[in-house]
Amino acid sequence: MNLHEYQGKQLLSKYGVAIQRGVVVENASEIDAALKQLREETNTEFAVVKAQIHAGGRGKGGGVKVGKNDAEIKEYAENILGMMLKTPQTPGGLDGEGKLVSKVLIAEDSYAPDFDACKEYYVSIMLDREKKRNVIIYSTEGGMNIEEVAEQTPHLVHKEHIHPHIGLQGFQARKIAFNLGLSGQAFKEMTKFINKLYAAFLGSDASLFEINPTIKTADDRIVAVDCKVSLDENALYRHKDLAEMRDTSEEDPTEVEAQSYGLNYVQLDGNVGCMVNGAGLAMATMDIIKLSGGSPANFLDVGGTADAARVEQAFRIIMRDKGVKAILINIFGGIVRCDRVAQGVVDAYKNIGNIDIPIIVRLQGTNADIAKKLIDESGLEVHSAIQLGEAAGLVENLIK
Amino acid sequence: MSVLVNKNSNIIVQGFTGKEGSFHAEQMIEYGTNVVGGVTPGKGGQVHLGKPVFNTVQEAVDKAKANTSIIFVPPAFAGDAIMEAAAAGVQVIICITEGIPVQDMVKVREYLKDKQVTLVGPNCPGVITPDEAKVGIMPGFVFKKGRIGVVSKSGTLTYEAADQIVKAGLGISTAIGIGGDPIVGTPTKEAVELLMNDPETDGIVMIGEIGGNYEALASEYVKSTGNKKPVVGFIAGQTAPKGRTMGHAGAIIGGKDDTAEAKMAIMASCGIHVVSSPAEIGSTMAKVLNK
Repeated sequence: MNLHEYQGKQLLSKYGVAIQRGVVVENASEIDAALKQLREETNTEFAVVKAQIHAGGRGKGGGVKVGKNDAEIKEYAENILGMMLKTPQTPGGLDGEGKLVSKVLIAEDSYAPDFDACKEYYVSIMLDREKKRNVIIYSTEGGMNIEEVAEQTPHLVHKEHIHPHIGLQGFQARKIAFNLGLSGQAFKEMTKFINKLYAAFLGSDASLFEINPTIKTADDRIVAVDCKVSLDENALYRHKDLAEMRDTSEEDPTEVEAQSYGLNYVQLDGNVGCMVNGAGLAMATMDIIKLSGGSPANFLDVGGTADAARVEQAFRIIMRDKGVKAILINIFGGIVRCDRVAQGVVDAYKNIGNIDIPIIVRLQGTNADIAKKLIDESGLEVHSAIQLGEAAGLVENLIK
Repeated sequence: MSVLVNKNSNIIVQGFTGKEGSFHAEQMIEYGTNVVGGVTPGKGGQVHLGKPVFNTVQEAVDKAKANTSIIFVPPAFAGDAIMEAAAAGVQVIICITEGIPVQDMVKVREYLKDKQVTLVGPNCPGVITPDEAKVGIMPGFVFKKGRIGVVSKSGTLTYEAADQIVKAGLGISTAIGIGGDPIVGTPTKEAVELLMNDPETDGIVMIGEIGGNYEALASEYVKSTGNKKPVVGFIAGQTAPKGRTMGHAGAIIGGKDDTAEAKMAIMASCGIHVVSSPAEIGSTMAKVLNK
């Protein structure tokens, strides 16, 4: 689960990490009050207006602007609030339709009073799957795309792995601060910053913290100016406060709805919908659709209990996508019996009524033959198959 | 000989009296698996499904000579259950539980490091050696005895592969579901290695997915053995979009090495027979073995 920048900063702040302070605004009438509050709390002269959406590269699409006076700040906030922001990471990229900005963060100018005396760094924390440990990745090249830095100047990207039982040690935090070229007060501040940041990472069961840029100010403070935070969804049960930060308006509404029925659904833009039990088989089914000349319209794992109610919900969700020209149901019955799934398909089909696109049902495993008979004798316009290869052939014929 | 589990394994079920644990333990016993008991803290002394219930894994090891455990404990407590089994000296731990917080698994992996134990999973269908032991949730009847080993991240795709192998006139020696989480106890390479060294396995089917580097490491290992046994490989997720988690927590394309395309290329360069269609796993194995 991803957090907005302002939510991530709330989380960091709770652990004592110094952050760029700001006030969130949801509609234009709140801008004046927010700006007044910000000035009282921070003495900032300029202010940065930042669109709060779940996508990076916001500056590239005009979603981050520095205002030098009240009028400018207000104008930027009004313009960004409600805009369709296109960034390299929003659907379709810079040429796509963008994402609606429904919140902006009006934040202090952390670089004041001496912009040129500030220095930007890159700091992130994530799981290194290969080493099975958390890793702090850091670089003197702050504010840049770290993937490009790693490609062009790999010697400028450093990694520090943390022992799962012993935790982050003092020497490791010092090593990071030294490698970033810091000394004196800034050095001390950076070791504190890293310690608190790591505590926040563990304390929130995060899967990613990316603080880019982290800055050193003219007076040697270390401040998180931006932050990207992703949390481990499997651990949200022990972080109720963070779970409540979920912004479903940032997610595909169909995916949110599917989740509420216990279906694992990802919207794609192809012409053949699919409904499968098991994540691996679901991906494999998408692949077979592609190999048969179609393109998958979705990923959908109905899980271990593919009963009639679930099959019906899945049907309705898939058919809402007008681009879908056929549906392939692929169930490998193990514990779940194929005849029950088949009955579910027949019942759902009858309940929904006029389904005007071809349905291919491939049921294999426990009671597969009974299931095929059930479908074949149902009188419905449903094509049945037992082998995966057969199902692929049916897809190919039907979408020609 | 067989891999990980066989008819002599003394198996206990952790989370024995729960809904999932009961259901699958019953299926395992029906299959003929040597289940010697189960563990549910606080229910020690009871008899469940005709087998003794113990309060602790240690008790099960001491009294029932348990050496293998299968875990159906809910995600919040599953990491603890794995460590309990390892501390008690259980040699093979198979964790079915899905949804364990990844930071719990980071700690568990470290805990297991200096112990003589093999963890399979979590978030996996388990391990089956046909006609000997089913230690998992797979439909046993699909897995007919034979000489092909299967290693897979996915449950239903494992059943699919086994079914195709059987229909191609072959059978299964041992099938290992390694699990779809970002951190698992036995990654692809280690599982392939077990089968490569198993005298009862003639060929190996290796099924991976997008995300991580397990398949690449396994491919390099296969090459380093001089391709001692033929390996047929498939990667699910050739059509998966970048940056989205596809059901399994570990199935996500971050960098370019995570893609199915990149993995298939590495596998092919290491002499693995890569199929792009999941419908051709069994027939390809039959073809390769007949060469």
